[in-house]
Amino acid sequence: MNYFPDEVIEHVFHFVNSNKDRNSISLVCKLWYRIERFSRSSVLVGNCYAISPERVIARFPCLKSLFLKGKPHFADFNLVPEDWGGYVYPWIKCLEKNRSKLEELRLKRMIVTDDSLELIAKSFSNFKSLVLVSCERFTTDGLAAIAANCRYLRELDLQENEIEDHRGQWLNCFSECCTSLVALNFACLKGDINLAALERLVARSPNLKSLKLNRTVPVETLHRILVQAPQLVDIGVGSFVCDPESETFFKLTALLQKRQSVRSLSGFFEMTLYSVPAIYPVFPNLISLNLSYAPAFPGEELIKILQLCRKLQKLWVLNCIGDKGLKIVAHSCKELQELRVFPSGDGDGNATVTEEGLVAISSGCPKLNSLLYFCEQMTNAALITVARNCPNFIRFRLCILDPTKPDATTLKPLDEGFGAIVQACKGLRRLSISGRLTDQVFQYIGMHAKNLEMLSVAFAGDSDKGMLHVLNGCEKLNKLEIWNCPYGDGALLNNVRKYETMRSLWMSSCNVSMGGCRMLAKSMPQLNVEVINEYGFLNRDGDDGQLVDKLFVYRTLVGPRMDAPDFVWTL
Amino acid sequence: MTPPLLGVGEECQSNVTLPSSSASLKASSKNLELHERNYMMGLFGCPTIKGPAAAGVFGDCKSNLNLKATELRLGLPGSQSPDRGVDLSSGEPDEKLLFPLHPSNNSHSGNKRGFADAMNTNGASEGKFMANSDVKAMLSPRSGTNIGQKSQPGLESAGPKAPRGVEGATLQVTQEQPSSGIKESRAAGTPAPKAQVVGWPPIRSYRKNSLAATSKNVEEVDGKAGAGAVFLKVSMDGAPYLRKVDLRNYSAYQELSSSLEKMFSCFIIGQYGTNGARGKEKQGDNMPKDAMDGTDYVLTYEDKDGDWMLVGDVPWEMFLDTCRKLRIMKGSDAIGLAPRATDKCKSKN
Repeated sequence: MNYFPDEVIEHVFHFVNSNKDRNSISLVCKLWYRIERFSRSSVLVGNCYAISPERVIARFPCLKSLFLKGKPHFADFNLVPEDWGGYVYPWIKCLEKNRSKLEELRLKRMIVTDDSLELIAKSFSNFKSLVLVSCERFTTDGLAAIAANCRYLRELDLQENEIEDHRGQWLNCFSECCTSLVALNFACLKGDINLAALERLVARSPNLKSLKLNRTVPVETLHRILVQAPQLVDIGVGSFVCDPESETFFKLTALLQKRQSVRSLSGFFEMTLYSVPAIYPVFPNLISLNLSYAPAFPGEELIKILQLCRKLQKLWVLNCIGDKGLKIVAHSCKELQELRVFPSGDGDGNATVTEEGLVAISSGCPKLNSLLYFCEQMTNAALITVARNCPNFIRFRLCILDPTKPDATTLKPLDEGFGAIVQACKGLRRLSISGRLTDQVFQYIGMHAKNLEMLSVAFAGDSDKGMLHVLNGCEKLNKLEIWNCPYGDGALLNNVRKYETMRSLWMSSCNVSMGGCRMLAKSMPQLNVEVINEYGFLNRDGDDGQLVDKLFVYRTLVGPRMDAPDFVWTL
Repeated sequence: MTPPLLGVGEECQSNVTLPSSSASLKASSKNLELHERNYMMGLFGCPTIKGPAAAGVFGDCKSNLNLKATELRLGLPGSQSPDRGVDLSSGEPDEKLLFPLHPSNNSHSGNKRGFADAMNTNGASEGKFMANSDVKAMLSPRSGTNIGQKSQPGLESAGPKAPRGVEGATLQVTQEQPSSGIKESRAAGTPAPKAQVVGWPPIRSYRKNSLAATSKNVEEVDGKAGAGAVFLKVSMDGAPYLRKVDLRNYSAYQELSSSLEKMFSCFIIGQYGTNGARGKEKQGDNMPKDAMDGTDYVLTYEDKDGDWMLVGDVPWEMFLDTCRKLRIMKGSDAIGLAPRATDKCKSKN
């Protein structure tokens, strides 16, 4: 291949899009490294502190699309204190300084201020796509800046962010010449928006395929929008409170009967049972349905809906669907690939799900490859059956609401069950385990889960051996997060070189001590060993024996970060 | 070695030393703190957290619970006793009086589960996510201020509540919800760690907050599990305007019928006033009945298919499901239905 001119090689690289493959290409030789870096347009930085923005831009000057991840995953569950970090502003500033032609920015678990949004809006004239997932610290003023300045905006996708809503008129700020919108998702906003402005925006966006409304948009507006935008494929219906007597109800039903193109629904924040029949015509064509934010309905009602969804591939529901509901899903939704069952908050007599529901789904839906399942109880027998029925799992996350509950029938630990899962599912990349678990389950994981990239563990294991099985056995391990397990310095220090091959390690409420952390930091200078002294009980220069409650270890090319707050110590 | 999180332990202790009160609310919330303290000590105080030890911690909770369960009997009238799960029928009338939940509501089974679990295993609880957030306020002084700043809708507590910790949170949670008795007893009947530990269950805080907000809304609106009120139009022939009724308020046809009679009585009186036929101005149930006798009013409804049906043929639940509109027809209009209507009126006599 080296006989070809550079342009040809570059042309070939153009067809290689996966980041992993591109990374591999760049390691072949200096020539390929050089060619690859100039042709790379999309970069994923899985840990924003592993590298500095300057170095990223220096290496990839033609960068057009950037995906940054900030806080550790457990920040989702309030385990990472406020102000830990993950600021996006330095990245934007650096990109702006280097006159980057950034077009797409995707951020997950980062702190995004209005200043950052304004800077994005003003610095990148060709900016097309902003996706913010689980971010915080910005307000609708920042959104207004984006709307006003990004003429060619195609995508504004806000997923589960904490946004301070100033109830300003941010939606009005979309200029009249902005006609390129393809996707708009503001479902997580809490405040009112200007409905007329929304309708006008939809009317002048002929390419709009995905629109997700927030809970303040009334169903009449939804109807008018649907009339204006027959090309919509993915709809977040907002509150969906629709009086079955009203004209809107009938108009909506009539309209949707003709709309065969809708493939994905979400929202339903305040849906009442009687409103649902208005959208019955849509269900048979649905590929994706998210009812996880709907009020907790009795399972029987959900069953009526789900029986219609014969083509469903992705389903997110609350556990009030019950085992009975899941059996219906298993019967009706043969194409199901991804299922998430969330807890509904107050089990006020609503049914919940158990191992029966999961077994039913596994036998009815052989294509299932991604699962997040919050349940009352589980058994080894059930997990063994599930493993046999569905060997294609890529993501398997099981959360028993009582974190140390054993097998519900035999009262044994759930080691055998999860062992069966890792043994059968050769392609398993992500695993979360719960329930009563001993070191045995980790032995199974270390032995069989050769493709495992991310493991989340809580309240499990008996000794350091558990963690060691995983560190030594899982070759592709990338992220390990542990909470409330009896692992100490022995486990932490046994295989320190492993952490270099991983993105990060999180350990909280375990048995690691300051001494262990110091030792780790000393022997592995290319890691940042962050001790998070949230409650202020640790003494930085004190005793080695102090127990460290929160530890975050990650590999980095740029040493200790400069923006760490005073309760985070990089040893 | 400095015992970590000593402050947490202290805070827990300060919560535990409440002034002893006979109110079961306080007693139960004390239970919760005790459980929580045990659990927290297990988490942070013990140098080695082994599986069996953890189970031991839960075991402690369990034994505490069994004792405390009896205390609940002193509490609210009609509140559940430990063997409530067995004895549903006798408990029901009280339930209905106190709690706006529909009698056939599965809340009984939910409660039963709570206790059974407390007795047998380490139980499952749907968790109290609001309390969870409040616990966070207690545990993390730094984060506690954050709650105040963020002003999330689901969270009851702002900064000021933080020092009061779980006790304040628990009281607040139980007072807010109509089914407080059930929640209280179930809460005390399940191991505390489930519901009140930061980070568990592992749901994104955004989702947790919005769940809390939704469940609050639903319960405030109608106190029933799940669906909201269902308002249907009721028209009456000859009346100048229509009314709306919420079918969920009734549990049988008789209730609906008498309520409609009361609602439309003014029109019937008016009619007779102008006609001068009877000139009665009686109040209460008698008058409408007599009026119905005289002019053969028939209650009909329009169903899902658009057909007008006579009210009363199908079971109440099915009626709720299929009814779209109500209409009080004059007997003379309801030609096909008239014979039945006459019979109905006769049976009323």
